[in-house]
Amino acid sequence: MQMTRDFVITLDGLGELVAGLRNRGYQVVGPSLRDGAIVYDELESADELPAGWTEIHDPGAYRVERRGDEARFGFTVGPHSWKQFLLPSRVRLWRARKNGEVTELEEEPPPEKPFAFFGVRSCDLSAVAIQDRVLTGGRYVDRDYAARREGIFVVVVDCAEPGRLCFCTSMGTGPAAESGYDLALTELLDGEHRFLVRVGSERGAEVMRDVPHEAASGADNETAEALVETARSSMGRELDTEGLKEDVLANLEHPRWDEVADRCLSCGNCTLVCPTCFCVGVEDTADLTGEVVERERVWNSCFSLDHSYVHGGAVRQSGRSRYRQWLTHKLVTWHDQFGTSGCVGCGRCIAWCPVGIDITEEAAAIRNGKEGVSDEGS
Amino acid sequence: MKALDQVVLESAVFAGLDDVYAEQLAGCSQTAGFDAGDTLFREGEPADTFYVLRRGRVALELYVPGRGPLTIETIDPGQVVGWSWLFPPHVWHFDARAVAPVRAVAVDGACIRGKCESDPALGYQLMQRFSAVLLERLNATRLRLADLYGGNSGR
Amino acid sequence: MVAEPGHLEAGPMVPQPHVVRRRSRDTADTWTLELEPAGGAGIDPQPGQFAMLTVYGVGEVPISFSRIGTDGSLVHTIRDVGAVTAELCRTPRGGTVGVRGPFGTTWPVDDAAGADVVVAAGGLGMAPLRPAVEALLDRRDAYGRLTLLYGARTPGDLLYPEELEEWRGRGLDVHLTVDAGTRSWLERVGFVSELLKDVAFDAESTVAFVCGPEVMMRVTVGALVERGVTADCTYVSLERSMSCGVGHCGHCQLGPILVCRDGPVFPWNEVSGWLAVREL
Repeated sequence: MQMTRDFVITLDGLGELVAGLRNRGYQVVGPSLRDGAIVYDELESADELPAGWTEIHDPGAYRVERRGDEARFGFTVGPHSWKQFLLPSRVRLWRARKNGEVTELEEEPPPEKPFAFFGVRSCDLSAVAIQDRVLTGGRYVDRDYAARREGIFVVVVDCAEPGRLCFCTSMGTGPAAESGYDLALTELLDGEHRFLVRVGSERGAEVMRDVPHEAASGADNETAEALVETARSSMGRELDTEGLKEDVLANLEHPRWDEVADRCLSCGNCTLVCPTCFCVGVEDTADLTGEVVERERVWNSCFSLDHSYVHGGAVRQSGRSRYRQWLTHKLVTWHDQFGTSGCVGCGRCIAWCPVGIDITEEAAAIRNGKEGVSDEGS
Repeated sequence: MKALDQVVLESAVFAGLDDVYAEQLAGCSQTAGFDAGDTLFREGEPADTFYVLRRGRVALELYVPGRGPLTIETIDPGQVVGWSWLFPPHVWHFDARAVAPVRAVAVDGACIRGKCESDPALGYQLMQRFSAVLLERLNATRLRLADLYGGNSGR
Repeated sequence: MVAEPGHLEAGPMVPQPHVVRRRSRDTADTWTLELEPAGGAGIDPQPGQFAMLTVYGVGEVPISFSRIGTDGSLVHTIRDVGAVTAELCRTPRGGTVGVRGPFGTTWPVDDAAGADVVVAAGGLGMAPLRPAVEALLDRRDAYGRLTLLYGARTPGDLLYPEELEEWRGRGLDVHLTVDAGTRSWLERVGFVSELLKDVAFDAESTVAFVCGPEVMMRVTVGALVERGVTADCTYVSLERSMSCGVGHCGHCQLGPILVCRDGPVFPWNEVSGWLAVREL
């Protein structure tokens, strides 16, 4: 939705935008370089953006490299995703006296300030929308998630240079966002370093009033569109989703599951870096006196034995069945459960898998063996 | 009083058997009755008779020294009690005891074996029916062997 | 965030304190707890639903309601199989446990009106079925033949023996079987599916509720279907790992199904294909 004409801002304008959001009381979170990776953290100013850095992704490999320019968003996605902020890895649900008298209700208090997510990639914006459906779209609403999610300001950055493991076009989630943002930026590096700004909401328009800007020229718009178009056609990976559901379900006993299980370490890295993986468990603890008890919600992974534990044993004993659960859930059964795919094509699971297992490759291999196997297997 | 062949045909195991065969079976049969607590046969005794149960309930028991008799299976109306008459050495493997007053058709094992030998078609008919019942019981026994209700397998 | 007790706007993730009003031993390892709210409003469960029970400081487990109290009390039958259930079974009268719920789908007791109903239970599976049996008998005239098939390991492992007798008097045809019996056991010895042989029902208009270990349900439903009962009129209650009860934790997946959200009670045709896939 285009609410006003597009704008163009300079690097100074970008700085003003971050400052403007902070002045409005947002906790601005965005990419910065730390420990050899581009991570999401609080930004005090736009100077903290990883200027001039890019990322190189390969199966089982991730590193940052200098660019030949000073691009502020010349990378794609690192190990973090926005779920760190919306569905933190550890949250206290409640605290009570031993006798059950609830003295304090949960709420690892939601952040004092609402978040402004600065530099959200289109795939990750889709991931947030997916977690919205999982955690707030059903009969029950996850109160902690909803409190954190409430009122976030979203600044999207369109992708001009997809990574080697990106396949957002296959999943229909990128490379540019069409809605769900307050402001969307396209970084323009030709000529003067500038950003095309699309306004997606009233709030976005209001924030832009204090940011020095010019109206975008037709040429700027064309440049931006061309960048996105180029990105669209230069994805590093591809995943054919046509008929995928039927093919995967017809191949639940495919020997490929055994092959991938031989490589898979069941470490759960893929689920940690995945921006949609939402599995959680709880841990109950008591203080030393035993008087005050509390429950924390923590991230879980379907790659752990505990995940499917029913008294007596785990349902999914083999690594094979756990990998199958993860892939099948992402690409197939998520649709049944929540009416959407569980995969946005960000490629994080491929990069951060210690042995480089590639979901696009596995899905293709599984579906290609449908003859013979489905007959025996079903 | 009903003819024995009709009684035989009423039991689940022989339902639908050709009249000719039912008559042959009846020719080796007589009615029998047991009071609750009576023993039909005992482990180690010659197995010369089997029973088609019409009423009551029969328990197959295994005598376990130190524990006493353990009921390992019960047989209800329509079903057959006793298989050992079919195969050498024709000796009972368990005790059979009436749990409730029993009315049954007692079939002479040697008599029916002789008829089966001379008429393989009858033999095949009976063997098919017996095998089906035996398989069903074997499967049910296997399920019990799995101790599904134990619940503490993980501890 | 400190709030006054009793004035908390508690979400579905916060267990509400309940006091153990009665505790009784059913079998060597199984206990029934009767709970009442420690304050505030009670909850209104339906047959087949479950609650998440908390032992404060120890953990939380999903446990079905084994009776629907008429006075706001909650009744749960619990087998001691792990750290949390052991503590629950040990909680004395007057002790406090936490309750979240009720969650999940119900035995379609009302929808079965006019039909013959076969209830088949294996082991502890009798517990979630007891509220269904009670509901059927409360409106005995609304149904055709009502049959209970119940199998347990030994006669001493049968739950609710007095009620089994009482139910017989209220128009329920009760058939019992155990894996092994003694001389004093006058009922059957065999597997629960074998009891079907003794039972008359109009297969075409029969609704079946089946609960027990997964293999027991598979075999028993198989026997029912062989008798002509349709898979969509045969309901089972599934057990999977559950951490939240509200469809948010991801643990209870069975293919496309979230057992806590979509179940635990399902018509057999909705789950049979998924149950047939090992380690799904």
